[in-house]
Amino acid sequence: MNPQIRRLFFVFSFLFVALIATATYWLWRAPDLEARQGNPTLLVRELEIERGLILSANGRTRLAANRKRTLEDGTVWWLRRYPRGELTAHAVGYSTIGRSRTGLEKSLNDYLTASNANLSTVLDTTLDKLRGIPRVGNDVVTTLDLSAQRAAMQGLAGECGAAVALEPATGRVLALASSPSFDPNLVESDFDAIEAITAPCRPAAPLLDRATAGRFVPGSTFKVVTAAAALDTGRFDPESTFEDPGFCTLFGQRVFNFADQSGPGVFGTLTLAEALENSVNSVFCNLGKELGANVVLEYAKRFGFYERPPIELPSEEVLISGLYRRGRLYDPASPSEVDPGRLAFGQERLIVTPLQMALVAAGVANRGVVMEPKLVERIVSPDGDVIEGFDAEEWKTAIEPRTAAELTAMMVRVVESGTGTAAQISGVPVAGKTGTAETGVAGRNNTWFIAFAPADDPEVAVAVALSDQSGTGGATAAPIARAIMEAVLGRNA
Amino acid sequence: MSAASLSYAAFFISLFVVAHIVLRVRLPHADPFLLPLGGLLCAVGLTELYRIRPELAFRQGVWVVVGVVVFAALVLLLRDYRELDNVKYILGVSAIALLVLPALPVIGRTINGATLWVDFGGPLVFQPGELAKVLFVVFLAGYLRDNREMLSYGAAGQGRLPSPKHLGPLLLIWGGAMLVLFQTRDLGGALLYFAIFLVMLYTATARWSFVAAGLALFLAGAFALYQVIPHVQERVQSWLDPWADPEGQSYQLVQSLYAISSGGVFGSGLGDGVLVTPQGSTYIPFLETDFIFSAITQELGLAGAAGVILLYLLFAYRGFRISMLAQDGFSKLLAAGLTAAVSVQAFIIIGGVTGLIPLTGITLPFVSYGGSSIVANFVVLALLLMVSERVNRGERA
Repeated sequence: MNPQIRRLFFVFSFLFVALIATATYWLWRAPDLEARQGNPTLLVRELEIERGLILSANGRTRLAANRKRTLEDGTVWWLRRYPRGELTAHAVGYSTIGRSRTGLEKSLNDYLTASNANLSTVLDTTLDKLRGIPRVGNDVVTTLDLSAQRAAMQGLAGECGAAVALEPATGRVLALASSPSFDPNLVESDFDAIEAITAPCRPAAPLLDRATAGRFVPGSTFKVVTAAAALDTGRFDPESTFEDPGFCTLFGQRVFNFADQSGPGVFGTLTLAEALENSVNSVFCNLGKELGANVVLEYAKRFGFYERPPIELPSEEVLISGLYRRGRLYDPASPSEVDPGRLAFGQERLIVTPLQMALVAAGVANRGVVMEPKLVERIVSPDGDVIEGFDAEEWKTAIEPRTAAELTAMMVRVVESGTGTAAQISGVPVAGKTGTAETGVAGRNNTWFIAFAPADDPEVAVAVALSDQSGTGGATAAPIARAIMEAVLGRNA
Repeated sequence: MSAASLSYAAFFISLFVVAHIVLRVRLPHADPFLLPLGGLLCAVGLTELYRIRPELAFRQGVWVVVGVVVFAALVLLLRDYRELDNVKYILGVSAIALLVLPALPVIGRTINGATLWVDFGGPLVFQPGELAKVLFVVFLAGYLRDNREMLSYGAAGQGRLPSPKHLGPLLLIWGGAMLVLFQTRDLGGALLYFAIFLVMLYTATARWSFVAAGLALFLAGAFALYQVIPHVQERVQSWLDPWADPEGQSYQLVQSLYAISSGGVFGSGLGDGVLVTPQGSTYIPFLETDFIFSAITQELGLAGAAGVILLYLLFAYRGFRISMLAQDGFSKLLAAGLTAAVSVQAFIIIGGVTGLIPLTGITLPFVSYGGSSIVANFVVLALLLMVSERVNRGERA
């Protein structure tokens, strides 16, 4: 039997060596595994770091702070708490052991844990560790204006939707609100309570940041992009006249004007400015057909469509706007694949985020230049040194300043006497555009309002989007946009 | 480090010193490495358990004491282990009876989907499968010794199938064991018994055709089970792609891989690994039993993990050495079977938690938390040392 036993021993030796090889393989894969969501090993080790605070734009109000906890063995853990709860849940995000991280807590984790490595910080942290000094992270001051944020959240209360407010000249994100929201303090302790949240939409998806990743049909707000294309190409001007028969013929079928337009059912002869003011679909439909889908899409791209807005949030939380086919972004190879008429008034298969539409409004407000949206004002080390400061950067040059001025004047008329009168602020000229996009199901419309104010010297640009609405954008979204703009302008704050 | 933990350590060192002295006096020629190897593995387990939850280590400590007492009792009282050969059928049937116990009403207990425990009330919950493993090996050693010629060459020359007369009782006991194990959903146990059976059959007969037939049977059986038992499908799927459902069916495996990969070469250090939540539960369910190796790897690193694996390799080396030196068939088969049992068991669970093979729950010999496992492994140790004593004294069969 000895030859068999000897062979058996060799087999077992081989098996045990294979085990050691497997353990070695996982050690080699460690960096890869460490980056995975749900791996507690690194997360827990980072609990021993006093994580940096996340503050509002005033540099004092704490959006994310720490709770110290001393374990039985004397280890100190810094657990996260969110004093403002639901108010800034999506932008700030959360940092937990069980459910990893989201929002700025995720994207700025290296700064917040002071592991933004350069040689001197690595040396410092190593020395601190040897001396037993706990590591302290860097504080992040955001651009969020809490009065605007509060106005947005109050306006969205009870609805499914989102609002974004930007400073057009700099790209500062003043408000980033998504509803339904959730209390980030409950993510670790009582996730069931978050899953139990209900809203008019199904699923309620409170964790989804609808402001940056919500999928909305832009509807008539997209007419701003179409109008920009019409004016900027020089082929039309605000006084160009059109015939409105009350419908537009697409592929032999009549598409009637939508009920949210103001005025009579059939306008007859009207100018481009009047068509925008009253949101007349047939005019934009014919305009789209004349310009062609490729020109309209080209201008959409100039406003940032088909690119991920470079905001400091994790990329998976920021959706790219554009045409979607079967759930995926789709850039048509040939303009004939797209219906230019429906595209022109924002139906077709366009999917946009409120952030992208706010960038459109901000681009028009900023004389045609779209600034990079930024959520971070500055990052401050524990010693008080500013590690990263705010730096306004141009993202896109969408249209000529002259086009922007003409478009602004047209959008002012929308609020003065068109579909967007609910957004009027006394003494302040407001430029805006409504949107009511049909999804094919009654009571499931996406309603919109995009605007900026004051129109002559813009301080704020907003986009408000609501889903599951039966009203129009002018009735539902415009009042929320007005409240946010008033908060920023200090009227009602 | 505290006075309590130090006195605890001192107690176990003296316990093993006493056991060693008993062994040296009673069996002066026995292999000098096996008991220290078992003791070392026990110590690694106790230390890691103490770090996970001190109460676990204390309870395990009690079982180690029981194990050492049983070990000493066997060494002192069992004059000739070969007498076991005379009662092999009783042992074989007892093995099956033990395996059936947990499936009985009133005393049977189902934990984590497997019906492996017997509860006599109070602290007396035990897993009879661990002890049945030893009885099964003794039965196989005796039976195969008696019938190896007939099994090897068949009734009329090589290449013929053995007659049912010789194969029958073997398949009956083995089939009964497999049936019971599947009935109680003990996949790890089933795998272990299957491997022990194949290893011993091969050792006794040197017929590769048996091994090939056994493997074919195993694959067919595994395929059939895959179709029938959803639990088996989950295990296989999470082995093939652990990342497909890291929060669901492969949660345990994925958490185990996180722990293993995070240890680095030398580990986080004892007590510094991320194993226990602030609420006191463990990130990996069944950390103290099935996944103790993952905890050890995180805290002692690749070096510690390789160390533990090498201890099993040394154990296998000493065990198979005894088997090769033994003069009689029963001793040879007994030593080879017991050694294979410990080695296969270590491979099944370490391979499982590292993702090398599909995960099936079973204890890591001498290391995992669990009284039945500890005591059974000390019985294995005692039997191996008794064979070794006889071998080294030069007695002939």
